[in-house]
Amino acid sequence: PFWYKRRKESERFGELDLKNDTDIPEVHQPTDRTPEILRKPLSGLSYRYTKPKYLVYLIQVKCFHEIITIGYRVYHSYDLPWFRTLSKNVKNYKYCIARFCLFTAIRITLHNMRMSFVLYCTGFCMFVLSLVKRHYRLQFYMFAWTHVTLLITVTQSHLVIQNLFEGMIWFLVPISSVICNDIAAYIFGFFFGRTPLIKLSPKKTWEGFIGGFFITVLFGFVFAYFLAQYQYFVCPVEYNSETNQFATECEPSELFQLQKYSIPSLLQALLGRETVTLYPFQMHSIALSTFASLIGPFGGFFASGFKRAFKIKDFADTIPGHGGIMDRFDCQYLMATFVHVYITSFIRGPNPSKLLKQLLVLQPEQQLNVYKALKLHLIEKGLLPPSFSLRG
Amino acid sequence: ESEPENKLDGETASDSESKSEFGGVVPAPAVDDTPEVLNRALSNLSSRWKNWWVRGILTLAMIAFFFIIIYLGPMVLMMIVMCVQIKCFHEIITIGYNVYHSYELPWFRTLSWYFLLCVNYFFYGETVTDYFFTLVQREEPLRILSKYHRFISFALYLTGFCMFVLSLVKKHYRLQFYMFGWTHVTLLIVVTQSHLIIHNLFEGMIWFIVPISCVICNDIMAYMFGFFFGRTPLIKLSPKKTWEGFIGGFFATVVFGLLLSYVMSGYRCFICPVEFNNDTNSFTVDCEPSELFQLQEYNIPLVIQSVIGWKTVRMYPFQIHSIALSTFASLIGPFGGFFASGFKRAFKIKDFANTIPGHGGIMDRFDCQYLMATFVNVYIASFIRGPNPSRLIQQFLTLRPDQQLHIFNTLKAHLIDKGMLASSEDA
Repeated sequence: PFWYKRRKESERFGELDLKNDTDIPEVHQPTDRTPEILRKPLSGLSYRYTKPKYLVYLIQVKCFHEIITIGYRVYHSYDLPWFRTLSKNVKNYKYCIARFCLFTAIRITLHNMRMSFVLYCTGFCMFVLSLVKRHYRLQFYMFAWTHVTLLITVTQSHLVIQNLFEGMIWFLVPISSVICNDIAAYIFGFFFGRTPLIKLSPKKTWEGFIGGFFITVLFGFVFAYFLAQYQYFVCPVEYNSETNQFATECEPSELFQLQKYSIPSLLQALLGRETVTLYPFQMHSIALSTFASLIGPFGGFFASGFKRAFKIKDFADTIPGHGGIMDRFDCQYLMATFVHVYITSFIRGPNPSKLLKQLLVLQPEQQLNVYKALKLHLIEKGLLPPSFSLRG
Repeated sequence: ESEPENKLDGETASDSESKSEFGGVVPAPAVDDTPEVLNRALSNLSSRWKNWWVRGILTLAMIAFFFIIIYLGPMVLMMIVMCVQIKCFHEIITIGYNVYHSYELPWFRTLSWYFLLCVNYFFYGETVTDYFFTLVQREEPLRILSKYHRFISFALYLTGFCMFVLSLVKKHYRLQFYMFGWTHVTLLIVVTQSHLIIHNLFEGMIWFIVPISCVICNDIMAYMFGFFFGRTPLIKLSPKKTWEGFIGGFFATVVFGLLLSYVMSGYRCFICPVEFNNDTNSFTVDCEPSELFQLQEYNIPLVIQSVIGWKTVRMYPFQIHSIALSTFASLIGPFGGFFASGFKRAFKIKDFANTIPGHGGIMDRFDCQYLMATFVNVYIASFIRGPNPSRLIQQFLTLRPDQQLHIFNTLKAHLIDKGMLASSEDA
């Protein structure tokens, strides 16, 4: 009976997950599918669209699109007969997935929690309503795939933009450190490469890894020195409501003011100098470059493993010779999060005006309590004369 | 909750095929787990009624358990939420292992639990820093941990990530990536929800009790209405659900929510935010009830006036909010149940696990709560709660002295303006 045949096929589908990778069919390389809407703004960029923020959004959408497309292709590759009847429903999924993508893009743009939750709920309900008999497993896989992709691409890009607003230097130095590490590791590996680094990527070598590390630290150091001089890069980006534009003008913080450092006596003999004037930011740039060289490659290995697992050569065909956007950005995965965590832990304090606004919104009793606590603290620190405490 | 779909009407061939594959594809929990004592008590009844009774008794037991832990207080509640979360995570991950036969994958079990630990550490650290601020400031190691909390959590996560990359084994890449994805989605679903529940709890126990009770009530009411009046099926996914049950459950839940919030708003221990008292080193729930929990007169719209015969009614403003919460629980909550049903059918399992006799696993009970916790949290953040004062103080302390003075003076001027401070205070 025909249901017996169907059982065999669905069993096979389940079993395919379990077999060794060698038995799993190849995924056909896609032709370039960059949608028209992305090509037009990229071709005729006006000044407004070159703002880094919009660029980051574009890249995020494209990365998301690439990974989701791979998901489809993976399941197409199973080539089960009943799967072909799914094509109509796959289109249904494309709408669902596109909806998710749209929602997150909207969410990031709006920065509005309420709206984004409503949109997410709607998407969730649409997903549940669109569940088709016999294709449940596939649909749940796509649901999970979408969520993990969202987690990876959207949160990273959101953090990149947050870093950007801290100051363009926090955006430029990390990204260029990762790129420099890629290139330097490749060059070192090319000329001196001998000992393989990891089974996952046979082309990577220890020589490339270590050489790349030192070059990146040096590069980060020098690059930070150059950028720290310009207010344009160093100042937090603020939205000026009068001129309706983003302004980057401020008094450079301590981090970006030259300071004298005494060189440890070991190096003194080498360099012949006793002190050196540096920006404190350059010390931080060493930390950023170190992370880029040591952990960044793991992002690359993760992407390599991903490509091998799903038997694809490149994520997509967007950039001739390089593959898709994800291929270029795989090492940036984790870098953006690291920079954000670094900034919040070691650099940035809270914003005073924002804090004040929040204080004024509190209930009056709460304000009074806060006032008392602050007063105690300030008296302790000696910023207020102790006579205050007499008057409560 | 989703009813065990073992006696479906209108089943098609593919469903019956799924039943026959139980033994082959997934080791289905087919052993009868009912405790001996219940077995003996119900030995004379036929098996169908026995099942009904087992479910009923366990339902009452769970509700009683719910009341007991509410009575025991916030600390115990937090522990229970944490335990439930770990159990749910364990159940879903076990399903993943069974589906992929990947139990023997190197490292993978350790890595899943490690990621769970990292994410929990991150979230609990954020909560502790917010609510236990003064305690944290007092103890030196805690202070350092809390200052660099994000960095430490991120470092822990990174270690797990690097271990994953290093553990990739040649012929099993796809499987390992699947499990990686599976773990992350489970974390997203289970762990974030449980932490939002705890945040809601700290806002006031009523924000924890009312939403959960509404979802439970909706389940039970929809079942009752469906049992007595059910005729039109609601969704192909769960053939036992009916439109009558859905709509009846909706109205019953709204009424239930109104009544429950009326009863609870009278007691301080439910409506006050949970605070940590530094002197007694314990949790206190004592405060001046906010406006939300003070009786007010509302005018009844003319339409209903004729029906009820009153002109005004005294209600707590919170009851209006409870209508919103009940509505969400009745309309969107069931989607969580359908999601879980679809999940079980997709992976050909009857229940998530066998923890509760007659009901299945913990996830079976909590599947409708998915999204409810997030909704309550978003609702509170959007409509109710202002910023957290202790968090503001904490941020204040990290500012520069001149910024601190500036804010202090502005606040003082504001309070004098409002008349909260005597203007004899010097500037």
